[in-house]
Amino acid sequence: MTCLLPRATHADTLAPPFAVLAELTHRCPLRCPYCSNPLALDPASREMDTASWKRVLDQAADAGMLQVHFSGGEPCVRKDLEELVAHATDVGLYTNLITSAVLMDEDRLIRLRDAGLQHVQISLQDTEAEGADRIGGFKGGHARKLAVAEMVTRAGLALTINAVLHRHNIGRVDAFIDLALDLNAGRIEIANVQYYGWGLVNRAALLPSHEQLIAMDTAVRARLPDLKGRIVVDYVVPDYYARRPKACMGGWARRFMNVTPSGRVLPCHAAETIPGMDFETVHERTLSEIWRDGPAFVRYRGTHWMPKPCRDCDQNEVDWGGCRCQALALAGDADAADPVCEKSSAHAAVAALRDADAAALDTPFRYRGSPAE
Amino acid sequence: MTDSPTIFEDSRVRLAPGVMLRHDRARDEWMLLAPERVLVLDDTALAVVRATTPRDAGTVGEAITRLAAEYDAPRADIAADVLEMLNDLLAKGYVVP
Repeated sequence: MTCLLPRATHADTLAPPFAVLAELTHRCPLRCPYCSNPLALDPASREMDTASWKRVLDQAADAGMLQVHFSGGEPCVRKDLEELVAHATDVGLYTNLITSAVLMDEDRLIRLRDAGLQHVQISLQDTEAEGADRIGGFKGGHARKLAVAEMVTRAGLALTINAVLHRHNIGRVDAFIDLALDLNAGRIEIANVQYYGWGLVNRAALLPSHEQLIAMDTAVRARLPDLKGRIVVDYVVPDYYARRPKACMGGWARRFMNVTPSGRVLPCHAAETIPGMDFETVHERTLSEIWRDGPAFVRYRGTHWMPKPCRDCDQNEVDWGGCRCQALALAGDADAADPVCEKSSAHAAVAALRDADAAALDTPFRYRGSPAE
Repeated sequence: MTDSPTIFEDSRVRLAPGVMLRHDRARDEWMLLAPERVLVLDDTALAVVRATTPRDAGTVGEAITRLAAEYDAPRADIAADVLEMLNDLLAKGYVVP
């Protein structure tokens, strides 16, 4: 997500967060093997009720946040989605809905629009039904998504197509772009799978080869000039093949807050994989308080925590040391430099791991599970 | 390959679907809120958006004439600035023809 907000000018002035990711539920009819939800899914019985979520939305607005992303799991499984969208709109938040779309119908979409919803992001698993439904583990899902995408633009709402790329569909990136244009999407996320949560479990079943990646990148860059003014392109490359890390989440605790279905407050959706972290909940303190000095937020905010080579690197306020969860997953240490960076001592090991996984072509998917009741 | 869309004086523009003009009290800034994005507007950008995007704004050329009168500036200068800004906003997806 792009955010062109002016930064705080003094080191001791903390800028307010830009957006809250409201993970209303971990329930989802799809079983995508790259789901970013944690392996330990929150059971339905532990989901916060409507009143608690409304309080979270009040606090998000109070904290100076501008946008809310209603996400999951599949947020449409919540019967109170309309009520929460209306409440977010009432307190002045711009509302995005991140959805698989398979549970949506036109009546509900119109109700959501009338409640103030501005933007719907629909993920596609492939450009053709057979492959898409195999990856999502949900028969008929792809056709349903296309139908709902048309409803979204017909209702006058902004539409983003989230094209999730991996070894099984990366060759069809051109077809994804054409499909997004056909659907009159205002925006496309060309989102190579990020290897967190279920995606990390399935890395050997998903990671593209270097040749596939180069072909995809060449195709995308050839299209970009012609897409200008037609569709906004957010392009996420798989950083396992990069020389420098991404500024994950725009920097730890610099832009976003994530609230889980049961009310834990995280700097990013994968942060719970990091051991020894102290995550507060919305039942204990307000979002403003947690943003200001919550231990999990302070721990990796800025540059104070950085080891070498980040500490002395002239990019450390550009990439903010990369991704803590990736440092943990690949270097075994969340305090280390992101091993994707070529300056990291673990970079060579990551390349070897990557090449082994990319060559493991027979690896079956381990589909995402379902949360307990 | 086709030419990318461009805004001219005889174009009419509006904010793209899902784009809202909003004053944010916490930051005391005018901004365009858009799908998963925010663009902070300076005074000039705000004046251009207000002059060109409402339903009753007419053509971009008509808005330029009004802005030239309001700011008592040469019309050609205003026209160049407005068209450059609108085409930039178009490329970034904030306005549509």
